[in-house]
Amino acid sequence: MAHRPGFVLEVDRSTPPTLFHHGEGFRLERLPAGSRVIYPSEALAPLKDPDAAIRHALLNPVGSDPLPALLKPGMKLTIAFDDVSLPLPKMRRPDVRQRVIEAVLDLAAEAGVDDVHLIAALALHRRMTEAELRHAVGDRVYDAFAPRGLLYNHDAEDPDNLAFLGETDQGEEVEINKRAAESDLLVYVNINLVSMDGGWKSTATGLASYRSLRHHHNVKTMRHSRSFMDQHRSELHSSNWRMGEVLRKSGVKVFQIETTLNNDTFPKPFDFLQKREWDWTARDRASFIAVSKTLERTPSRLKRSIFQSIEAPHQMTGVNAGEVEAVHAITTAKVFEQQLVPVDGQTDVLTMGLPYICPYNVHSVMNPILVMCLGLGYFFNLYRGKPLVREGGVLIMSHPTPWEFHPVHHPSYIDFFEQVLADTTDPIEIEKTYEKSFAEDEWYRHLYRTSYAYHGVHPFYMWYWGAHALQHLGGVIVVGGDPKAVRRLGFKPASTLRDALEMATDVVGRDPSITHLHNPPLLVADVT
Amino acid sequence: MKALVFERSLPRFAAAKVAGALAPGRGAGPGPLRLTELDPPERPGWRRVRPRLSGICGSDLSTIDGTSSRYFEPIVSFPFVPGHEVVGDLDDGTRVVVEPVLHCAIRGIDPACAACAAGLTNRCERVAFGHLEPGLQTGFCEDTGGGWSTAMVAHDLQLHAVPDDFTDEMAVMVEPTACAVHAAAAVGEGDVVVLGAGTIGLCVIAALGDRSVVAAAKHPVQRDLAEDLGATVCAPSEIEGVVRRRTRSMLIGDQLTGGAAAVVDCIGTADSIQQALHLVAPGGTVYVVGMPSTVSLDLTGLWHREVDIRGVYAYTHAEFERAFAVVRERRLDRLVSATYPLHRWRDAIRHAAEAGRRGAVKVAFDLRDEKERERT
Repeated sequence: MAHRPGFVLEVDRSTPPTLFHHGEGFRLERLPAGSRVIYPSEALAPLKDPDAAIRHALLNPVGSDPLPALLKPGMKLTIAFDDVSLPLPKMRRPDVRQRVIEAVLDLAAEAGVDDVHLIAALALHRRMTEAELRHAVGDRVYDAFAPRGLLYNHDAEDPDNLAFLGETDQGEEVEINKRAAESDLLVYVNINLVSMDGGWKSTATGLASYRSLRHHHNVKTMRHSRSFMDQHRSELHSSNWRMGEVLRKSGVKVFQIETTLNNDTFPKPFDFLQKREWDWTARDRASFIAVSKTLERTPSRLKRSIFQSIEAPHQMTGVNAGEVEAVHAITTAKVFEQQLVPVDGQTDVLTMGLPYICPYNVHSVMNPILVMCLGLGYFFNLYRGKPLVREGGVLIMSHPTPWEFHPVHHPSYIDFFEQVLADTTDPIEIEKTYEKSFAEDEWYRHLYRTSYAYHGVHPFYMWYWGAHALQHLGGVIVVGGDPKAVRRLGFKPASTLRDALEMATDVVGRDPSITHLHNPPLLVADVT
Repeated sequence: MKALVFERSLPRFAAAKVAGALAPGRGAGPGPLRLTELDPPERPGWRRVRPRLSGICGSDLSTIDGTSSRYFEPIVSFPFVPGHEVVGDLDDGTRVVVEPVLHCAIRGIDPACAACAAGLTNRCERVAFGHLEPGLQTGFCEDTGGGWSTAMVAHDLQLHAVPDDFTDEMAVMVEPTACAVHAAAAVGEGDVVVLGAGTIGLCVIAALGDRSVVAAAKHPVQRDLAEDLGATVCAPSEIEGVVRRRTRSMLIGDQLTGGAAAVVDCIGTADSIQQALHLVAPGGTVYVVGMPSTVSLDLTGLWHREVDIRGVYAYTHAEFERAFAVVRERRLDRLVSATYPLHRWRDAIRHAAEAGRRGAVKVAFDLRDEKERERT
């Protein structure tokens, strides 16, 4: 049966309560009559034989010779792949990266290539653990390469293993992983969850150093990316593409392999999360009640562990290989086929329920800075055309927002929250006054390189990610969050959605238009 | 005259210790402190001082709660009237602040001890000798009386005339500020961390002037004042991260590899001194300004990192003089949060003991309207 596309529902008296994600829990909320709810598309049909599709893509690439023609004995081959931040939630085994990497390695072996390195392209993210690497590439690949030091995490702070390749025509320095830069062929294996992923961003960001990343991970770029999901209006995209040009001119030969996934996001017993409420069966309703009641009585640590163990039944909808830009054009079209939902006009008040996970808290804690980034950085930017909420409008998001941090993964976040945000929430001021000292802090550098910590500058990037929204919005209200943590973020806490809507009228006036982003599963609003 | 008197009574000491352990300031109830009528103290050649305001200090609270060290036993004399932060009137109407240290010259000891001869009267070696009963300061000596009363006596060397532009609230802050002036003079070059933002902590921040100071403050009112006095302020739980970043240190276990050149501990508990030892740089100095008692500490880091730990007590006469300017320039009268008449002494002590939590800093007795003050 064909999937049902995403659509906009107008709430009336007969509309059942709307599901809001709320961290490791959910809320059912009655939206006022006349509100709009934007529903994502149902899952696209998956590829019937993913392994055959991968092989086909490698043998029939776009804008490039087939992969076997690029593989020669004695050559230096590097396979870089997306890190633990993708996909969300992590997918059931076998991960698509495993499928693709195994296919590439089979061809390399047939061609007699024996100098092969595999690199997790994590930029300034935390290093992947052995378990996470095994999950991504599979045990066979891990056991064949990791023990010999041929499968490892990229280190953006290792001066001996970075190569400076030059500057873009706008003076942006391009510095990436030396092994990748000096290989005869760099194969990049991507999971393109949203349209912002992939393309030159894979290599120019994923394998880059802080020296290079700071040229686009800054307030100015973020404020001029409207949105990140729209390549034609994203300065982040443009900067990565300029850097890609430097890679190309420097002789870095990239064979890009991009995959797309469908919206099949939540397994049983959480599959009701991807159904429209009026489609809920008696069993779904029972599941919702059982899950909700159980979660209410579950300690937060256990709850987190339950949610973090969710493995999505995502299935591959496309795989394309070859020249970076040609491949990415096809990929983007496929992503939009799954995620784009036409929406007519902006709203005064945008509501959203934030789930338990974002790209930076896999197996970790969704700390308040990540709450801000997920709401104002990611979900706010899930638009093409115009922002869903009008300029000066109000964003209401639902999340517990605990004042809690993972001490191993997010050490610099703790200091950012306690020291920087206690002083100012203005992204420009934060960037000017504090970024350098965090970015060059030897302790954070040490933890990033040897432990499992995000780079010292990473919380700044999270804050910048929301800079466009901060500039655009008239107010942000968090429903059900820890009031102290919410205030530290510069937002207003509310106990209930009703209170939040009442508070919003102070900013947008009486009887505002209200739109709810029913996400995830992911959608991108095409606002006209 | 009316006075609060602290008597030697072992059962009451014990009761104060038990009550004080339950909650700070509770020792005032069953302890050896009581409000009573006394004959006013008299000493030939000394001047009578009728207190106007008299502050309640951390050392007073420790005494009342029975938590102060037995070290003090031979250098105090019972019964005594507490109160060493005093602004009062002489019989001729002159307003004075009392410098309470009872050193050699005041005790009639000639020749003076080596410390007093060198001008370091705070280190006087003769505080239990001479023609006065033992007592390191006015307010701990049987012969002098103290500020928590309507009359006391003071030696001419102890008297500092109060400038006309000084309010009583400014004047009562001179003595604690003098302690801070002394501490600030002791602190060497480099980064300074101040632990504790009660009266002494805030006065130390004020006395450090333009120095770069990071302060750990527990309560909102303390944070606001410390910030206003120019410190970079954070919560006690955050101080390690702040110091680590400012000094570009790493961490080995929970120990900073570097740290601050100077840590001024204005609390004086085992926890605060231990925290100071974690925050101080190798070769740096921990200055213990808050009055400690018997504490248990892990000194391995002190040994390994060659850290100095140094007590900082009171002030010299010159530093006491300088304190007037600090009080005026830094507007330290704003630290006086509440005053009480003598008969509400239990409330006053409870308030002082819970000052930070209750949004206060300095709590003082206000003797200006006491009827007995006019009679004596």
